[in-house]
Amino acid sequence: MSGKEYRTITDVKGPLVFLNKTEPVAFGEIVTLRLADGSIKNGQVLDTSDELVIVQVFEGTANINRESGVTFMGDVFKLPVSTELVGRILDGAGRPRDGGPAIVAEENADIIGAAINPYSRQSPHDFIQTGISAIDCCTTLVRGQKLPIFSASGLPHNDIALQIARQAKLKDSDEEFIVVFCAMGITAEEYNFFRSDLERTGALENAVLFVNLADDPAVERIITPRLALTAAEYLAFEKDYHVLVIYTDMTNYCDALRQIGAAREEVPGRRGYPGYMYTDLAMLYERAGIVKGKKGSITQFPILTMPGDDITHPIPDLSGYITEGQIVISRELHQQGIYPPINVLPSLSRLMGSCIGEKTTREDHKSVSDQMYAAYAQGRELRGLVAIVGEDALNERDKQLLDFSGVFEDKFLRQTRDEDRSIEETLDLCWNLMSSIDTKYLVRLDQKWIEKYGK
Amino acid sequence: MSNEGVIYRISGPVVTATGMNAAMYDVVRVGHEGLMGEVIELHGDKAIIQVYEDTSGIRPGEPVLNTEETLSVSLGPGLLTQIYDGIQRPLATLEEVMGVFITRGVDADAFDLEKKWTFEPIVAKGDDLASGQVIGHVQETETIVHKIMVPPGKSGKVKSIKSGDFNVTQTVCTLDDGTELQMMQKWPVRSPRPFRQKYAPDTPLVTGMRILDFLFPLAKGGAAGIPGPFGSGKTVTQQSLAKYSDAQLVVYIGCGERGNEMTEVLDEFPHLIDPNTGKPLMNRTVMIANTSNMPVAAREASVYTGITIAEYFRDMGYDVALMADSTSRWAEAMREISSRLEEMPGEEGYPAYLSSRIAEFYERAGRVETLSGEDGSVTVIGAVSPPGGDISEPVSQGTLRIVKVFWGLDAGLARQRHFPAINWLNSYSLYPQSLDQWFRDNIAQDFPEIRTQVSGLLQIEAELQEIVQLVGSDALPVDQQLTLEVARMIREFFLQQNGFHEVDAYCDINLQYKMAKAILSFQDSAKAAMASGAQLNDVVNVQSRTDLMRGRFEKGYIDEIEEMVKNMTAEIAGTVEGN
Repeated sequence: MSGKEYRTITDVKGPLVFLNKTEPVAFGEIVTLRLADGSIKNGQVLDTSDELVIVQVFEGTANINRESGVTFMGDVFKLPVSTELVGRILDGAGRPRDGGPAIVAEENADIIGAAINPYSRQSPHDFIQTGISAIDCCTTLVRGQKLPIFSASGLPHNDIALQIARQAKLKDSDEEFIVVFCAMGITAEEYNFFRSDLERTGALENAVLFVNLADDPAVERIITPRLALTAAEYLAFEKDYHVLVIYTDMTNYCDALRQIGAAREEVPGRRGYPGYMYTDLAMLYERAGIVKGKKGSITQFPILTMPGDDITHPIPDLSGYITEGQIVISRELHQQGIYPPINVLPSLSRLMGSCIGEKTTREDHKSVSDQMYAAYAQGRELRGLVAIVGEDALNERDKQLLDFSGVFEDKFLRQTRDEDRSIEETLDLCWNLMSSIDTKYLVRLDQKWIEKYGK
Repeated sequence: MSNEGVIYRISGPVVTATGMNAAMYDVVRVGHEGLMGEVIELHGDKAIIQVYEDTSGIRPGEPVLNTEETLSVSLGPGLLTQIYDGIQRPLATLEEVMGVFITRGVDADAFDLEKKWTFEPIVAKGDDLASGQVIGHVQETETIVHKIMVPPGKSGKVKSIKSGDFNVTQTVCTLDDGTELQMMQKWPVRSPRPFRQKYAPDTPLVTGMRILDFLFPLAKGGAAGIPGPFGSGKTVTQQSLAKYSDAQLVVYIGCGERGNEMTEVLDEFPHLIDPNTGKPLMNRTVMIANTSNMPVAAREASVYTGITIAEYFRDMGYDVALMADSTSRWAEAMREISSRLEEMPGEEGYPAYLSSRIAEFYERAGRVETLSGEDGSVTVIGAVSPPGGDISEPVSQGTLRIVKVFWGLDAGLARQRHFPAINWLNSYSLYPQSLDQWFRDNIAQDFPEIRTQVSGLLQIEAELQEIVQLVGSDALPVDQQLTLEVARMIREFFLQQNGFHEVDAYCDINLQYKMAKAILSFQDSAKAAMASGAQLNDVVNVQSRTDLMRGRFEKGYIDEIEEMVKNMTAEIAGTVEGN
């Protein structure tokens, strides 16, 4: 079927091209469009019937007219994958962007990706040490987890993501991650920042970059993360690598999804985003994990910026329902000059319970983490009260907790951008800081740990 | 017209076929690969089909074959301990056939059709059989006897009946009119299975979770909704219910949720012991796992698959509990398909029939007299995931209109690590009136009164807290400070429960009552002591109270708690100066 060129375009609307009188075209089939000036655009079939075919054009529909030629390629979108991908920089549609040669495929993988049978998954349980105390202690990352960073404009989420990419390792192991980095609609400046940091640390040799920048076609962003995850799956499940996928910024991805929905005149859901956005996001996020009988793993670190710092906005909201927790970045802490400004209170790692404790981190981890969290939460709450009644009205316990909340932010959260704390250092630090509180108020700590680790 | 047509149009999971003789809800096979689908709309010659598998690469012109059956589940011995996808394909079989990734076009039997089961008849030649009557027994697992029933709609005189080892497709009974009965029967998932009549529920579903059993009890045969934002503990609550509730059978539907979480359930359940029978929990469980990235139409079907299996066991006279996590994902699947059909939307893009579908689903719960005259029940517990935690949205509202128990999860409580994070101020249960007699007869005569006192204290605390927020607790009179202390004890000692702790995760209902009484006796003795001049601080800090509160993490607590209360009362009395 491939090869035949049609000139039967009837309508062009937004990123969509409508044409008729075709041979039977497959749903999801890849399409090339040849313009009058000879340039080529690519697209994919969104809707197909005997009479009408709707094609979504990745590069935008500029200069397409009714005379443009349309060829159906007879296959769904596939990415050529091989271990040569490692160390390469590709654009948002999977073409080399680093001036290097085309990827010689060991196989062509369908980019949609099949769902992992839940029965064939293996529960993640390997602790990843990021060297960032707030994450390691309170929202522990597990290999095979998908843990997004919920951030907002103007906050240092990129620094945090890069620090994690640099420092993440299994405890007592030199095994490194392959980083698959997927940029969706970020600025050239942000991209350069990422790339130069990866270059500087030598991590680029162990990374694959898929880059769609802010001035690249928005529709292309729909496939960029799928390409990245397809590469990740190949490296993890065919080549036994442990892969860390960082994608930024999911908000741009969702906006592209909305753009296509609007062009198709679909019934919009909340805030104009399509009703199937949950399923669509799940088809990305759920491609994290470990499967039985395979050595590799995929850990995902999606970054999204919450419009208006609003965690109930559909993008963070739907993400939070799919991912296994979230790391929330706080503007308030950032403005106090604290890096990393992670607000541990709304942050969560759902898989934390399976990877901490005697065998993996340290026996007192759970107890310490609960106590740090509880004391900080109470201290923060007291700040509100102090603003009304003044510090003098507090009793001894409340005073200690209030002071602790300040120390928590200043000593525990705060660290430099290249400070790599081991989990033991982090936990020892916790005990140090908690020594400012009378032990009788530390009700979540087990007595035996107080005796063993207390300062 | 024949039962074979051709594809006219494909739009995601929605396919249009022409030239085919079709009726609503017929199951069809789409394309050369034979993907499974269901007719959901008819337009003249065109049949609109929702397809349960990915449709990429399918072309117009490919064949569509109508099986002329509606979407049905297979029911018979072998169901228990199975783990299915949304359309009753066993995940273990899928793994054998396709490997770790779910590809398409594979059909799988719901259970082993060759396995021999020992069938013991309980009817004899010449007996008149009514529809739904039990004809024999199969010991399916250690704890569950699978009762073989005459399928609804069939009846007659027994011509012959066999005894011995058979597989599920072999005939075990023949009726006079030539009807042959096998151990397996099929039932269309979208039609409720028939029963004689519905009763009012009068027995609680005991869950072992204090806040649920004690404050907001659910009846066997009732329906409950658990709405809550992400991270508030819906899934943990649902899983605790699946583990510890005293239903005889559990159907757990993971509908559009996380893969890793489902895996955790699949890993954990086979190792768990049912606290009510002491046997492995899997023996009484059927699981359905259709994760968020599995096909959306199968997600839509998964809740029906689950509830039909639940009804089938109910018809044997069992108490069945069904957990659906999460019904919001089911509703979203309806929305997604509705929008592909270009239907006129109702609120927030959901189809206008959303609330009636929700109501129909929960209405399949109930305690009934089965066709064979037994007493069985299906209890439905549905999790709801409202966007942003705002329950004014259509799925939450549609659910609240129909369920009688509302367990409202609260992000604020979850953030304080108060688990289960069920808000005691806005949750409710409409069952206490019908269940109070049971509590009086089986637990204690004054059970309802104790409950009223406990929830009253929590209400008073909420009012006092508003004042404390303004002026600090030291500004309150001491009796009110004591009330706050008692309420704190209720929250931290009674309402909080560690779902992962080996002892605390399950709390016997008798123990719940004793714990509530212990709190009230603390209040009484503290009041008495303070009236005689004791200081609040001394009363609150007695060691025996701490011991009492810590005790709940120890085994054998139920036998020691009364002694502990005595010690506490004595120590508090000793705080009065001069004693």
